[in-house]
Amino acid sequence: MGNYIKLLVYGVIAVLAAIAANYARDLAYMVNALMVMVIGMVLFIITLRSTGNAQPALEPNPETEYMDGPVRVGVILTAFWAVVGFLVGVTIAFQLAFPALNFEWAQGYLNFGRLRPLHTSAVIFAFGGTGLITTSFYVVQRTSAARLWGGNLAWFVFWGYQIVILLAASGYVLGATQSKEYAEPEWYVDWWLTIVWVAYLLVFVGTLMKRKEPHIYVANWFYLSFILTIAMLHIVNNLSIPVSMFGSKSVQVFSGVQDAMTQWWYGHNAVGFFLTAGFLGMMYYFVPKQAERPVFSYKLSIIHFWALIFIYIWAGPHHLHYTALPDWASTLGMVFSIVLWMPSWGGMINGLMTLSGAWDKLRTDPIIRMMVISVGFYGMSTFEGPMMSIRAVNSLSHYTDWTIGHVHSGALGWNGMITFGALYFLTPRLWNRERLYSLSLVSWHFWLATIGIILYAASMWVTGIMEGLMWREVDANGFLVNSFADTVAAKFPMYVVRGTGGLLYLTGGVIMCYNLWMTVRRSPAVEATNHVVPAE
Amino acid sequence: METYSLLREFADSWMLLALFTFFVVVVLWVLFRPGSKKTYEDVANIPFRHEDKPAPERDS
Repeated sequence: MGNYIKLLVYGVIAVLAAIAANYARDLAYMVNALMVMVIGMVLFIITLRSTGNAQPALEPNPETEYMDGPVRVGVILTAFWAVVGFLVGVTIAFQLAFPALNFEWAQGYLNFGRLRPLHTSAVIFAFGGTGLITTSFYVVQRTSAARLWGGNLAWFVFWGYQIVILLAASGYVLGATQSKEYAEPEWYVDWWLTIVWVAYLLVFVGTLMKRKEPHIYVANWFYLSFILTIAMLHIVNNLSIPVSMFGSKSVQVFSGVQDAMTQWWYGHNAVGFFLTAGFLGMMYYFVPKQAERPVFSYKLSIIHFWALIFIYIWAGPHHLHYTALPDWASTLGMVFSIVLWMPSWGGMINGLMTLSGAWDKLRTDPIIRMMVISVGFYGMSTFEGPMMSIRAVNSLSHYTDWTIGHVHSGALGWNGMITFGALYFLTPRLWNRERLYSLSLVSWHFWLATIGIILYAASMWVTGIMEGLMWREVDANGFLVNSFADTVAAKFPMYVVRGTGGLLYLTGGVIMCYNLWMTVRRSPAVEATNHVVPAE
Repeated sequence: METYSLLREFADSWMLLALFTFFVVVVLWVLFRPGSKKTYEDVANIPFRHEDKPAPERDS
């Protein structure tokens, strides 16, 4: 019976999408509608083929086992999106250094302006988001000692999120964007993401509700705050009215400085709750697991949590110094950003000190090395961020590449490295392998990534501060000394260094994919421990 | 009084006080609750308990 309803739904979706594609007012909308149509048709056929096979099926969701299917697919896709996102990043880095790479034949599709949001969304939402959903499904089950709630709803969340990524990515290249940083997808993608996200919340909270451990482990607090806050941010920042049911264009409800403030309230808390709270959930599970000792101080982890929750949400206005935003609001954002330094460093210390008594592992275990440097970068970028939010510093750093360098020391260092660590941790366990295929390849990955980040961050500090100083340089008569083009020309060598750093980081990512693939293919399997006792 | 001024005044005074008090109480509760040290030592070990399988029905 369930299958007939599914068939009906998939069929209706495919037909409606076909109608929408027919009436489409722009190319991006038409292509996205056709993609939805194909997805609907494929699901229809798959469901049709499994309908009517009346066999007494096994219970598909046994409560005695964890649901690791979505986690396995998630590990593969996280690694895949990592390489895609890094590749687009390296491409646009070299497009900035060598403008000729904005090829004439690809103008309007693959030039810097179209690829840049593709890069940011690919790394943040495709790589980071898939990694977060994947690890949260793994962690919430292990720390609740319960199977995921909702049966196949977890699969819906997983594939639904991948559809968001595909629609958004193809939309960017074809020109559908609402021009809000990190929230570029147009209205229909936003609506779909809202549905997927509510389902995600249900799966996560449902699993917590039926947990067998009386206490909710702190990693789940961080994951839950990430899910809840992103839901709130996403809905408020994407309040827009579509121009037509059959077109991708929509009009924002807010305008002017209200729109700017809403955007950066969203933008900074996307950093705070997506890229920080969510990944701290990873840290509080995977670092203790890999170090094989409990977190340094559980009390500190709870204070870390509440302090982040209470403070982060106010920090957004520091993106809008010297704008139409009232002074008191940007001062508020600045003060809270500086206060935020303390809990961030409390969390960093908590993560690092988890290794106290096991520091020797740094020498022998490249995975723990990766996690430790990730926590180190968390500390570094949460020091740099508050500093840059101070109005006087911001007057130099804003609109320069220093900001880009700051973002990447957080994203490549903290988010990237902790996710790589989690992937190396998960792969042997999920595919029942004794160990990784090669630890020396992990070391290669570690050093390539670390040197890549250093090249990236250092070149961006130099070029950012140089650019900021050149912009404000005046001669004795008060005239500006440099034209904008002068600063662009002066940045060339640093752009090349930055691109090279990105290339090293990308190479590390490719090595990781090879290593994980070979782990699944070649590593010896763990011997089963639950031998069936022979009947005598 | 217009809505903005009203909300602004409320946010600057009572709401700020309430949120700050709540936060301080949470911190004090975490740090000084009697018996919390033992509880936290126990729960910090949650990740090491159910690696392969969910807990069986009765054991809760």
